[in-house]
Amino acid sequence: MRDRMRRKDLYSLLLIGLLIVLYPWIVDGNEYFISVLVFLGINSIVTMGLCLLMGYAGQISLGHAAFFGIGAYFSGILTSQYSFHPVVAFFAGIFFSALVAFLVGKPTLRLKGHYMAVATLGFGEIFFIAFNELITLTGGPSGLSGIPSLSFFGQVLEVTAYLYLVWGFVFLLLIFSLNVINSRVGRALRAVHGGELAANAMGVDAAWYKVQVFVLSAVYASIAGSLYAHFITFISPSSFGLMPSIMFLMMVVIGGAGTIWGALLGTAVLTSLPEYLRGLEEFEVLAYGGILMAVLLFMPQGILEGMQKLLKSMRRTRKKNP
Amino acid sequence: MSLTSQIIQFLFTGLNVGSIYALVALGFTMIYNATAIINLAQGEFVMLGGLMMVFFTAVLQIPMYLGFFLTVVVVTTLGALFERLAIHPLKNASIITLIIITLAGSILFRGMAMFLWGKDPYGLPSFSSDQPIHIWGATLQPQFFWVLGITGVVLLGIWFFFNRTLAGKAMTACSFNSVAARLVGINVQKMVLLSFSLSAAIGAIAGAIITPITLMEYDRGPLLALKGFAAAVLGGLGSGGGAIVAGFLIGILESLGAGLVSSGYKDAIALLVLLIVLWIKPSGLFGSAEESELKKF
Repeated sequence: MRDRMRRKDLYSLLLIGLLIVLYPWIVDGNEYFISVLVFLGINSIVTMGLCLLMGYAGQISLGHAAFFGIGAYFSGILTSQYSFHPVVAFFAGIFFSALVAFLVGKPTLRLKGHYMAVATLGFGEIFFIAFNELITLTGGPSGLSGIPSLSFFGQVLEVTAYLYLVWGFVFLLLIFSLNVINSRVGRALRAVHGGELAANAMGVDAAWYKVQVFVLSAVYASIAGSLYAHFITFISPSSFGLMPSIMFLMMVVIGGAGTIWGALLGTAVLTSLPEYLRGLEEFEVLAYGGILMAVLLFMPQGILEGMQKLLKSMRRTRKKNP
Repeated sequence: MSLTSQIIQFLFTGLNVGSIYALVALGFTMIYNATAIINLAQGEFVMLGGLMMVFFTAVLQIPMYLGFFLTVVVVTTLGALFERLAIHPLKNASIITLIIITLAGSILFRGMAMFLWGKDPYGLPSFSSDQPIHIWGATLQPQFFWVLGITGVVLLGIWFFFNRTLAGKAMTACSFNSVAARLVGINVQKMVLLSFSLSAAIGAIAGAIITPITLMEYDRGPLLALKGFAAAVLGGLGSGGGAIVAGFLIGILESLGAGLVSSGYKDAIALLVLLIVLWIKPSGLFGSAEESELKKF
């Protein structure tokens, strides 16, 4: 059973990989469409981490844009103002995110349900305020510009190359996540989700596993933040506030937090949604709220599982009355 | 301005924002007591109250008291609708789903407000004259007294409701034990609906009275909710009296911090209080630790 599941994962991976590689030709080199896919990749990195936290460990975070911001600001500030090498800045961001996640996660993950949600909300908001107020470092509300683009052997990466870079990361982290899920750690996390007390009784150190997965998801977000900063070369606090945090959460929930594939589907749907709402920007927030509400009420497991169920029941009725 | 008059100024400002936090915290407490849900859309009721008040009195030119009444009625209806359409259909939902559904509600309300009013902040004239009042060297807007007065009336009304009316006592019974309440013939579902309506009404009042001082825009809700929640937790979640005291406390702390330390970080103060309370003593200042162990989450 497990091997079959893994084979299915492998096929999905190959299919998506093929699509990504061919995508620049499919859209005929249109830079705008390619950049949408770059953003999709960046968001996917965050939501994969969040999915591990929510879907597998059963913990909620309403402040993940803070870690996304830490990665982006570390990369942005260190490379543009102190001329560090981007790779050094990248790892500095990861290290700092992990440290913050560890320090914050330890007391926060002891909290349950609503308290955990509100604590992460407050934590994210504090970082948002810090991004706004540390003006000498972050440029404050008007943002930080002049972040260098990435280059490889003196060759500046243009948009197609960046697409492959970002999706390279997506695939590495996706394979890593799938391995985490199918490992001892993954089983422990699911046990924690199923019932913390029972997990503890079976010898699973629930608190420690929760902190680990929280730190891991923060690292994912930081990686995405660094990639984001070098791609758009200008960052401002509004990309790392409450609404982005909620958006990441929505992507996971709408797709279905139960599996990584659901989270990725949700990310794809919500990242491309603004493209359909072009010219109707005042509807955007309303549309997000409406979609989230509808999914919660009618497909609480997310659209991936919802669709699968729908297909199954359709097949069944067709068998009954041919 | 001398230091004393400055401090008087800050205290008054603090009491003002504090009354809003206290009202929001009370809204949280009410819904939490009836349902064990933290309604993350609580701040949106305040925002809607402020903007509805602007619509009725500034756009439609309806007299102030009538506009105030209509605002409360409309927002209360929205709160009741929210409960009927979103919370009520979810039976036996997990806590994560409940959290996210109130989050969805808050996004929906915010989207509605952005669609109707746009992104600009709106102001309102003061309820009476705009002539500032001078007390011990501090300059106070007359609206300050309106805010304090109306908050006082609302708090009295709520006290009366919970202690002197049958419906209020029934609601208290639900908060102690909803199964037992059902057994003695209380319609728990009706009480849940009532709790959402009442806290929407309280939020609307808070929004309508504070808008002449602080302006109001579509995305003010989440921060108000967070600070109100900080007050509710500091006071011991579930305790109405605690929520009110903590609301005023946080308001004063915030305005002293803004005046004496840094205005840029003033929003962080309430949030830090929230995190510290959650990390160190989740049962709050006035709640018992034993009791909070038994809470549903």
